[in-house]
Amino acid sequence: MPADTPPAEQLAVPDQRALDEVALTRAEYDRIVALLGRAPNQLELGLFGAMWSEHCGYKNSRPLLRRFPTAGPRVRVKAGAENAGAVDIGGGLAVVMKIESHNHPSAVEPYQGAATGVGGIVRDIFTMGARPVALLDSLRFGPLDEPRNRYLFAGIVGGIGGYGNCLGIPTVAGEIYFDASYSGNPLVNAMCVGLIEEGQLIPARAEGEGNPVLLVGAATGRDGIHGATFASVELDEASEERRPAVQVGNPFTEKLLMEACLELRGKGWIVGMQDLGAAGLTSSSVESAHKGGAGIELDVLKAPRRESGMTPYDVMLSESQERMLVVARAGYAANVAALFARWGLHSAVIGQVIAEPVIRVREGERVAAEIPTRLLTDEVPAYTREGIAPPELAALWAFDPRSLADLPDPNDALMRLLAVPDLCSREDVTRTYDTMVGANTLVGPGSDAAVLRVRDANDRETGQALALTTDGNGRLTYLDPYNGGALAVAEAARNVVCAGALPLALTNCLNFGNPEKLEIYYQLAQAIDGMAAAARALETPVISGNVSLYNESFGRAIYPTPVVGMVGLIEGRAPTPSAFQRAGDVVALLGELTGDPATLGGSTYLAALHGIVAGRPPRLDLDRERVLQRLTLDAIAAGRVRSAHDCADGGLAVALAECCIWSGLGLEGGAALPVAVGDPLAATALLYGEAPSRIVISVSPERWDEMVALADAAGLPIARLGTVGGERLRLAALLDVPVDELAEAWRGGLARALGRGPMPA
Amino acid sequence: MKFGVVVFPGTWSDRDCLRIVGPVLGQEAVSIWHQDTDLQGCDCVILPGGFSYGDYLRAGAIARFAPVVGAIRAFAERGGLVLGICNGFQILLEAGLLPGAMLRNANLEFRCQWVHLRVENAATPFTRRCRPGQVLRIPISHGEGNYFADDATLDALEASNGVLARYCAADGSITPEANPNGSRRNIAGIINPGRNVAAMMPHPERCGEAVLGGEDGRLIFASVIETLAERSHAALAAGSR
Repeated sequence: MPADTPPAEQLAVPDQRALDEVALTRAEYDRIVALLGRAPNQLELGLFGAMWSEHCGYKNSRPLLRRFPTAGPRVRVKAGAENAGAVDIGGGLAVVMKIESHNHPSAVEPYQGAATGVGGIVRDIFTMGARPVALLDSLRFGPLDEPRNRYLFAGIVGGIGGYGNCLGIPTVAGEIYFDASYSGNPLVNAMCVGLIEEGQLIPARAEGEGNPVLLVGAATGRDGIHGATFASVELDEASEERRPAVQVGNPFTEKLLMEACLELRGKGWIVGMQDLGAAGLTSSSVESAHKGGAGIELDVLKAPRRESGMTPYDVMLSESQERMLVVARAGYAANVAALFARWGLHSAVIGQVIAEPVIRVREGERVAAEIPTRLLTDEVPAYTREGIAPPELAALWAFDPRSLADLPDPNDALMRLLAVPDLCSREDVTRTYDTMVGANTLVGPGSDAAVLRVRDANDRETGQALALTTDGNGRLTYLDPYNGGALAVAEAARNVVCAGALPLALTNCLNFGNPEKLEIYYQLAQAIDGMAAAARALETPVISGNVSLYNESFGRAIYPTPVVGMVGLIEGRAPTPSAFQRAGDVVALLGELTGDPATLGGSTYLAALHGIVAGRPPRLDLDRERVLQRLTLDAIAAGRVRSAHDCADGGLAVALAECCIWSGLGLEGGAALPVAVGDPLAATALLYGEAPSRIVISVSPERWDEMVALADAAGLPIARLGTVGGERLRLAALLDVPVDELAEAWRGGLARALGRGPMPA
Repeated sequence: MKFGVVVFPGTWSDRDCLRIVGPVLGQEAVSIWHQDTDLQGCDCVILPGGFSYGDYLRAGAIARFAPVVGAIRAFAERGGLVLGICNGFQILLEAGLLPGAMLRNANLEFRCQWVHLRVENAATPFTRRCRPGQVLRIPISHGEGNYFADDATLDALEASNGVLARYCAADGSITPEANPNGSRRNIAGIINPGRNVAAMMPHPERCGEAVLGGEDGRLIFASVIETLAERSHAALAAGSR
């Protein structure tokens, strides 16, 4: 059929309601008509709506994302080239990783929203031919004293565990934070990490005219239609009605799909594979055809369906989970089908690769849609705006900690801080996740970074381990978007450094409000600039990522929340623990020990104990950060460091308390501190201020002098705080609390916030 | 010695089991597909953890009908050693090879955590390397590990020394607090009167290497290896007579 034959169902000019349905503007519609040279029919309009959505097309963020550094000597698959990025770790192995959001689905249907978020990111990894080895989750919720937030919390945590536990992939790390800005719009960012051997990469490409295109896995239903566009609008009263836009997951089918796809590697039967995620069959076929410089013709009648009466529109835009598009080599479709059948999975040849670079959708003989793939990919509009700094920033920065009245006693403050939901133990959550399956978890949840042993395809240990973490602080990014973005990268890198790992690369999820609002756009642009600067300085290229905009409910935006997932590499030695190890070891702070009240700006202390979110967070000095991380790694490599723990949320006192609680050992902190007696504000700042670029270390006494010499040579401050030992956390005249009391406050925090007693063991 | 590790489509502890008996303990280890009835001449068959066929119904309720389970039943009747771990325990219960049933954990949560186990019967092919009453530290990872049987069944089980291990505190005391899932009488593992079919909810395959936080799991597999070595010596001796 010639390409210029007008497809059926020519549509009159759609009204605003019809455009809203697919989240396109009038101007975008006009542009589509101009590009096509005719009006699109309803199905074609749906395809444009999905592919031009922020979720698929990144139309608001694409120009900004180009600011990220993406190259590096270890980068094997760059951001955007495949479903996830990859970095080389030597020995013919590469790490594949990506993080992705599932915020809006989780807001209306928390269990399935979170579950399918896990499912989607896992498919991104095994679609490439990599075996998933770890999952991480970065979550944000509104305060737990609201029943709706408790419902979302229970559902989301349940969905993550329910899906991930069934797959046999350990959930090893993540973060959970709470703030009123996330009420009604929780954040669910799921990250998956995989390992792939050289030469095993399966590209997400469709090429070779006449090659059969198979749809594999679950049958296609009506669930998830408009999921991509749903993710690209704000949440409001009508959102509850969008519940049908949320997909329902089946982790067992995902497991089958994973094993079958991994078995396909190296057989030479296929040219490419692409999972069906947002915008389902539409985006998978369009994107893989576009990458292969080819087209795809498919017949919706050949797609296995869950129900009768489904229209081409339903089939093309369904986001039914656990499906895969496989492009086989001509003559091998039967082999592929037999392999999937062995795993109990259906497959059907639904079309073929064609030379013409178009997506042609047939319903039997009838052509239901035909669009050049370029129009759905390269021609997605890109919007660049000039952001405006949120006007409230000036007032927020003007906050003076000296205005604080009634500073609590430092001991009481510590007890209360350790119990707040942002800082307390996450064990009640993490023990509902399988953290150990795979027998590689050297360090599970509850440290600076999780650490996984690396084994090659022949089950041989390579002597390497991966350190994994996620990091992001919405409050700090709200108060200073550039700095917040930079801090997310720096802290993630610092976390893996504390485990003794060299940071290699990062993936990121940008959770922001509506970018059409110029203050939000400013936050987005600034945060990206900060992240890019830190990624350059720390030599951790961005190898993958995801953007989640329109995170607003009832017109109120979430805190701008960039989340960074970082991978680091440990070679030839055990992971460095976060907790103190041995009584008698010297405890010290690497980095600035300061009582400057300004460091309280944006701190957890201010937010949690005074209810104040204000102040200008201390600026990150990237040179200092780089020196700190390098020095710490050098000292670890030389065997001078017994433990290392990032000093960040909650400040020095909380970092020290954690080192004590995790080890059951106290701190005899007798050293003199740079705080005048009788200056409670300076004492508070020293204990709870959040100056960046700091690490708490413990060092055996024999190595202490060498450690000091090393720090001096690097020009990095090092402050001796005391020695490990006893049963109390004592710091000069400022702190003196029994460790078991600290531990009790910390352990029971989440259960108390959820309004239930401590869980039975 | 040759170990067979059964693979249902939803199994995920197969690789961990293959690793501990294979590279870690130096035995021959092969996978056995759920549709197969040929146990490949294995000396011991392990039913590992996972979600056999999704287990949306009741864990193991469908798996009991798998072709491989029929072969395992016959193998067990001939005295072959069968070890069920986690999902394998659930399947052996559903298949009627061991008494009792699994309920959802009493706390209604999936739980993955280290627990302590007290070895109640150290005179079995699966525990002979343990001391009687020895406290092992082994992880659990399940949502349906709440072992249930009526009093008569439990009494009979206890009377036959069929309780292999119980959840306990670090000092070995059997307390409600040490019970992570509500199992009756803190039962974590059981064995049949023939002493050749055993099962436990905890995952010994996850703690066979010090870097993983413990090595107590080795004792279970080392016991089996020792038993099999003894059997093959006995067979050789019988043959040479």
